[in-house]
Amino acid sequence: MSAVFDSLSRFYASSIGKKILVALTGLVLIGFVLGHMIGNLLIFVGKDAINEYGHMLQTMLHGGGVWIARIGLLTAVVIHIVATISLTKANRDARQDKYGMQKAQVSSKSSHIMIWSGLTILAFIVYHLLHFTVRAGNDYATYKTTLHGETVHDVYRMVIAGFSWAPASIFYLIAMGLLCSHLSHGFSSLFQTLGISTDKTEPLFKKAGYAFAGLIFAGNAAIVLAIWLFGYGR
Amino acid sequence: MSQLNLHLKVWRQNAGQPGHFQDIEAPEIPDHASFLEMMDIVNERLIAKGEEPVAFDHDCREGICGMCSMQINGVPHGPEKATTTCQLHMRKFRTGDTIWIEPFRAKAFPVIKDLVVDRGAFDRIQQAGGFVSVRTGAPQDANALPIGKEIADAAMDAAECIGCGACVAACKNASAMLFVSAKAGQLNLLPQGKPEKDRRTLGMVRQMDKEGFGNCTNQYECEAACPKEISVRWITKLNRDYAVAAIKDALGNSPKVAGGGD
Repeated sequence: MSAVFDSLSRFYASSIGKKILVALTGLVLIGFVLGHMIGNLLIFVGKDAINEYGHMLQTMLHGGGVWIARIGLLTAVVIHIVATISLTKANRDARQDKYGMQKAQVSSKSSHIMIWSGLTILAFIVYHLLHFTVRAGNDYATYKTTLHGETVHDVYRMVIAGFSWAPASIFYLIAMGLLCSHLSHGFSSLFQTLGISTDKTEPLFKKAGYAFAGLIFAGNAAIVLAIWLFGYGR
Repeated sequence: MSQLNLHLKVWRQNAGQPGHFQDIEAPEIPDHASFLEMMDIVNERLIAKGEEPVAFDHDCREGICGMCSMQINGVPHGPEKATTTCQLHMRKFRTGDTIWIEPFRAKAFPVIKDLVVDRGAFDRIQQAGGFVSVRTGAPQDANALPIGKEIADAAMDAAECIGCGACVAACKNASAMLFVSAKAGQLNLLPQGKPEKDRRTLGMVRQMDKEGFGNCTNQYECEAACPKEISVRWITKLNRDYAVAAIKDALGNSPKVAGGGD
């Protein structure tokens, strides 16, 4: 047993081992942001559609499903962040004396700010959970509606109310912009770290990454902008 | 032949002490001189004035030894693609240009003097697995081991690495992944290197981490700066080989890792 754990701790201690964990957890989070966005877009289908979706998530596996997902996502987020902070510290430490002049020839701006886009997204996640999940500092928890004769949480009204307040909408848009930036480097990067990229597939992964980042931004920003600027549902 | 008048900003430093940029005027530099010959001219003038010449690394001056280094205007080996500093010619510059000349900066490459850095970390990584163990005795018949043309060509591409350290210098994290992946990859690809593949991969990566190089963030500045145009696909292969070796290390019969006995 301990021999296996020794090897695992050596794996985590190594540069490539940590990066592989960042890539795998990144893949989980990429899957999540896509599913989350598709679910949220049900708001455009109508009030009952998103409320039914919300009710389904809450009651899946007798209410256990949502907790399994939460624990899984929390684990992925914690590993992703702890490993990247540790890697970033090592990276800074590896070049203590800065160049008087250094030119980036091929790397994107997004790839240089991954730690900052990532930490801003972390701050956003905390805010987002307090806003719509814990519902702290608002009365969204009291929003109820009737669906197929059952009293359920009114997700639709909560989201409309949430994005009717400009500061929240603006912060959401900034966070989605940074998520888009983060994904534009992270998506194709994970295939390289997992040892999958080839000369033929790398350009495809890159383009797919840009498309995915753009899709996530467009889908999520559409909800915010529709409600905040165009008064959807109000 | 035309001549160039250049303004140099050269890094001056003694080992273990803080360094600084020195402004040096370099008038009347022939445009057919190589960058190192320009440095020779500058040094001769400094010596004639009784000043300390600029220390820099050089050896073969034909682009194959990997000795010359220098970060020139923010890029290792200067602005020309696939060119070492010794093969860079002054005709690539314009008269009146200001040229920044710095050492390859990395914690794992401590400055010895001025532009000379200690790249011994690369040697220690090689000693941790960058070799094939062969027994002494009568050599094997040359063609006894058939190797596909594509594989032989690919291994030769990786073997082009001259170990100059431009990849480390170009990387914002001072990561040595391109060097290590080329050195491990060329052997991991060939039948002669396969028996020691896992132990080589684990040993070299462990030594790389121990030397204090940073981690790869997949920006590929190394590939852009490499004078031998080593592809970052070797890093992909190293990541893959490492994952496989680590899984075998965790779950299989423990291999003894070369150079990692502590």
